Amino acid sequence: MTEQPIDRREFLNRCTQAGLSVAAAGALGIGFHDGKAPAALSETAETVQIPDFSIAEMSGKICIARGTAQGMDRAGTVRQAFDALGGMKAFVKPGERVLLKVNAAFASPPALGATSHPDLVAAVVRLCLDAGASRVIVTDNPINDPASCFALTGIDAAARLAGAEVVIPRESLFQRFSVSGGRLIRDWPVLYAPLARVDRIIGMAPVKDHHRSGASMTLKNWYGLLGGRRNIFHQDIHTIIQELAMMIKPTVVVLDGTQSMMSNGPTGGSLSDLKPTGTLIVSTDPVAADAVGATLLGRTAADLPFIAKAESIGAGTANYRSLNLKEIQAS
Amino acid sequence: MRIVTARRISQIFFFLLSLWFCIVSTLGEQWWQLRGWPVNWLIQLDPLVGLGTLLATGTLYAGLLWGLLTVVLTILLGRFFCGWLCPFGTLHQAVGWLANRGRKASAMNAANRYRRGQGVKYALLVFLLGAAAGDLMGRLLRLPIDSPWVVIGIIATLLLLGIVVHYLRTISGLRWVTGVALVAIGWLILGFFTDGSRLLAASLQTGLLDPIPLFFRSVNLSLLPLIDGRLVALSPASRLYPGVFAIGVIFWTAVFLNLVIPRFYCRFVCPLGALFGVLGKNALWRVGQRADGCTACGDCDRYCEGGCEPSSVIRTPECILCMNCLADCRHGVMGYHLHASAAGEVAVPDISKRELVAALAAGVTAVPLARLAGMTGDAWTPAVIRPPGSLPEEAFLQRCIKCGQCMRVCPTNVIHPAAFQAGIEGIWTPMLNFRMGTSGCQHGCIACGNLCPTAAIRPISIGERLGKGDFEARGPIRIGMAFVDRGRCLPWAMDRPCIVCQENCPVSPKAIFTRIEFRPVRLDGDLHLRGMTGNRLTFDGPALPSDRFATGDYYVSLDGNPGMIPVRIVDIGPGGITLEDHPFTANTAEEDRITLLVRLQLPYVDPARCIGCGVCEHECPVKGRRAIRVTAENETRERRHRLLL
Repeated sequence: MTEQPIDRREFLNRCTQAGLSVAAAGALGIGFHDGKAPAALSETAETVQIPDFSIAEMSGKICIARGTAQGMDRAGTVRQAFDALGGMKAFVKPGERVLLKVNAAFASPPALGATSHPDLVAAVVRLCLDAGASRVIVTDNPINDPASCFALTGIDAAARLAGAEVVIPRESLFQRFSVSGGRLIRDWPVLYAPLARVDRIIGMAPVKDHHRSGASMTLKNWYGLLGGRRNIFHQDIHTIIQELAMMIKPTVVVLDGTQSMMSNGPTGGSLSDLKPTGTLIVSTDPVAADAVGATLLGRTAADLPFIAKAESIGAGTANYRSLNLKEIQAS
Repeated sequence: MRIVTARRISQIFFFLLSLWFCIVSTLGEQWWQLRGWPVNWLIQLDPLVGLGTLLATGTLYAGLLWGLLTVVLTILLGRFFCGWLCPFGTLHQAVGWLANRGRKASAMNAANRYRRGQGVKYALLVFLLGAAAGDLMGRLLRLPIDSPWVVIGIIATLLLLGIVVHYLRTISGLRWVTGVALVAIGWLILGFFTDGSRLLAASLQTGLLDPIPLFFRSVNLSLLPLIDGRLVALSPASRLYPGVFAIGVIFWTAVFLNLVIPRFYCRFVCPLGALFGVLGKNALWRVGQRADGCTACGDCDRYCEGGCEPSSVIRTPECILCMNCLADCRHGVMGYHLHASAAGEVAVPDISKRELVAALAAGVTAVPLARLAGMTGDAWTPAVIRPPGSLPEEAFLQRCIKCGQCMRVCPTNVIHPAAFQAGIEGIWTPMLNFRMGTSGCQHGCIACGNLCPTAAIRPISIGERLGKGDFEARGPIRIGMAFVDRGRCLPWAMDRPCIVCQENCPVSPKAIFTRIEFRPVRLDGDLHLRGMTGNRLTFDGPALPSDRFATGDYYVSLDGNPGMIPVRIVDIGPGGITLEDHPFTANTAEEDRITLLVRLQLPYVDPARCIGCGVCEHECPVKGRRAIRVTAENETRERRHRLLL
């Protein structure tokens, strides 16, 4: 019986392999070693910023357009209202990209007044394009199924026909965002992708009764930029509207009081919930616009705590008569 | 000393050590209780735990670095862990030895021959690691979209390298280039297809079959509770674990399979053994034959534990270094040495490329398939209350190895292995069941997180749990929230005073508060005033037994006195009802209707204070389905489960 000689070459090979394996395992183990436990919640870096979309020299301008007794043509009225403030060219410069934040919250037909009227959306899209806008984007993060909302409200078809791009929210379009100085909007998903792509933002909302906040108009309309389980903010509705006013400084807002939803808001659902109020407001001051809108609902600004709250952080003034007010009779 | 004796001593030592660790995982300060015993050491030595969590999370948590020692020793020595250390393996070996005593040599040789099925364990290993690697794969697939230039750089370099190889050696270079190109194309296409999909996810399922967690889970949950009696008194009350039946059945099935084939589990199933087989395939020392002297008597195969056929071409990845062949060889042919076996050896695990790819693909796709159920998203189960300090569900599933240490150490026995409540991925993960055990989740206890070997439950401090000190701003850890079921609650639904829940709420100020309500008592007829002297009142109507109505919780009011404050009944005797006070006014008239009232304290839960500890649920006297129950609502570990602003 003899000891088998060890093949030197094979042995060295093996030693090399073993050495390399040990080194690799050691490098992996020690390289990725984590002596501490992971954090409770992964905090995301709050890097995104939402710019101020307002135009300084246009501040404090408001136009209240009232229609004829026969009712009013939204497209014509909104053009006249903008003209009274210097035309859309005063708000949108050639080559700028514009976001229309409409209210497409519910999958209900335009006649029920729960959402922005497609005629008005189309008219504002055309005004922007005529003023030289390079691109107009229409978006909202609705409460009902997004695609159904845009289709059934007629906003999708009208906006695209008028030349706008409609952005239907997807999870990937949201980014976590914190309002500086805010308490509620902290590290919260916001429909950021469309905001990042534009130079101007126009808020468009109908005048509606809202059981929790009192009224849903241009300030409440920014709720549609929030994602996630945003309805937990209903526990403090007036503060969230205040923080929304801190989050978005719009170029201009369009408040549609052609018809106002007087009851069963904000969904409505019956024509009997609507009342012809024949008023359309274009304003660079969203607080003032809402203060005017409140009167259409038979309420006052004082009835709506969010108005005073938005005023207190400098989002505007409820005293719209103190502004550069134009009142016109639409023809 | 013979080498098999040394092995037996080592096996017995580690087997007893593992049992000892199970026993001392009892919260307490006695020498036989948890007071610094390194009870996780064997789990930490298990490199599959380390590798699995490393793949799933990209980190190797604290003590899991011990696994590196095992890996290094295995690379040098082979599967020593299986033959010398693994307590589950020792159990199999012992049972197999007992079962096969007296069997003929030919029968034993047949039982211990190599079988193709032994390759299954490699497939299982690859499947489980594939499931754990989903996140990593997702990141790699996102790479072409996030940083296309890096990808183009990598591919270009590889192709260039291939072309250089091709021209230098004129062999197989072109095939290599084609291969790289195909992989790159596949990578890019898959990357674009999975872009934005959040379903590619990692799930650590190695613990289902990994023998160390399996052994600890089975002993902790299905064996210790059975022997926990007068002799071995580990806990004051019998420990119960709903759903433990499956754990016990699997354990005993694995044990009894040794009657069919010795070390059945180790040879066919064990993913840890498979990992060692891969790591040890090029071990420096290996078991094998010397050049001559073999008479082919076959004695070496007779007690071969690994089924690796040392008599012929030995399969090194299957050899578990039991060294029986060395002891049994009468010709001194078998040895453990630096050269390969003279009869030849197979160093590669018995799994084909095709099987490997299939197992990997199955593992990687199984997790996204499971995630389609949405249980880590919108379809989360509120009944799954995780122990305090648990990570958010997805991160939790990337770490939990289902070892049951948290369930074993929990002093109140409220942590239980989940069945399917947390989804298919959550089998045997810890969830709290407040109907069971000696109390809810103790307010001042942080044992589970400090024992968890993988930090699926973070090792929190008391301060963090209670939201004190540095954690004042963040507030206490909430594992859920209690909800009163007003249809089952004694005061709410049955007009019986109770509020045991409020009394036991350990939070200060209490998370359960009450509002007082007087409700009329249901009687068989009306009570009418007959007369009154002092505080004593006589009446007509049904009898009012004093043991029921003179308890201090019952009051009367008179219908003729609108707005009167109810007056407490002090006593009821033959002379009428004695009241605490004289309530009557000038308007009181004989024949006025008397209303008998019960004073109820109705419990409410303050969501800002409730931490979900479940003491209320545990104490609720409605024992079947409790009238106050905790669900995972408002738990702090998941941002999207929060209820309040």
